[in-house]
Amino acid sequence: MKLDPAIRDQVLATVPSLRAFAISLCGNIDRADDLVQETLLRALAHIDSFQPGTNMPAWLFTILRNLFRSEYRKRRREVEDPDGRYADTLKSHPEQTGRVEFEEFRTALAKLPSDQREALILVGASGFSYDDAAAICGCAVGTIKSRVNRARTRLADLLAIDSVDDFGPDRATRAVFAGGGRS
Amino acid sequence: MGEREKDDDMKHRQTKLEPVAEKPETENPMARPAATAHKPEARLGREVQARIGQQLRSMYNDVVSQGVPEHLADLVRRLSDQEQD
Repeated sequence: MKLDPAIRDQVLATVPSLRAFAISLCGNIDRADDLVQETLLRALAHIDSFQPGTNMPAWLFTILRNLFRSEYRKRRREVEDPDGRYADTLKSHPEQTGRVEFEEFRTALAKLPSDQREALILVGASGFSYDDAAAICGCAVGTIKSRVNRARTRLADLLAIDSVDDFGPDRATRAVFAGGGRS
Repeated sequence: MGEREKDDDMKHRQTKLEPVAEKPETENPMARPAATAHKPEARLGREVQARIGQQLRSMYNDVVSQGVPEHLADLVRRLSDQEQD
């Protein structure tokens, strides 16, 4: 029997966000696509363990995360990012160059511990509920909430350093003075 | 003996009442100037948080908008057309 086309379409519809999540974990598009491919192979081989009507994205994200974690344990050295290689990879995408503010953001994001970054992305970007994010990460809802909070606080701290000049009153004041000085 | 303990406890409490500063703030929910004192920071935080949310989604959606790469779409179609028992 062939796979129910409705289920297949649900899988296909999840691939784009699955890739975005994978990239946020790996920090590398090629490895992310390998990870997504592996996830799809695994998922379709075990599709009977998916209960129709339940959350397909959460199911696929869980598989992907588990695959990544087991690979991560094997290649810890390679994946860890003490020198901001994650940030560098993201910076190197041509469509993202020239966006200074964005790069600051990515650099700050790369400085977060991976469990905090993961929680923040699941909740803040993928749009999962705290409950779903907790299920995906295999931890308590409270743990996800505290990781997300710590991630947001840390990012705000990291970005605030730069943002004082970016959009604080100082810049406006200086602009006014600069303009006034000329006339 | 129980009486004496209670007495001691009362005495202890009475003497304790004098250094008011030692009372935990939480006893009086109205007396929480510390919480409201953080408000300006919290407001600044909200702006930053909104920006963080925006950039997070924008970064994520950059990838999402690339859609399904051909080789992954092929893989899913191939696997769902074969096998299954």
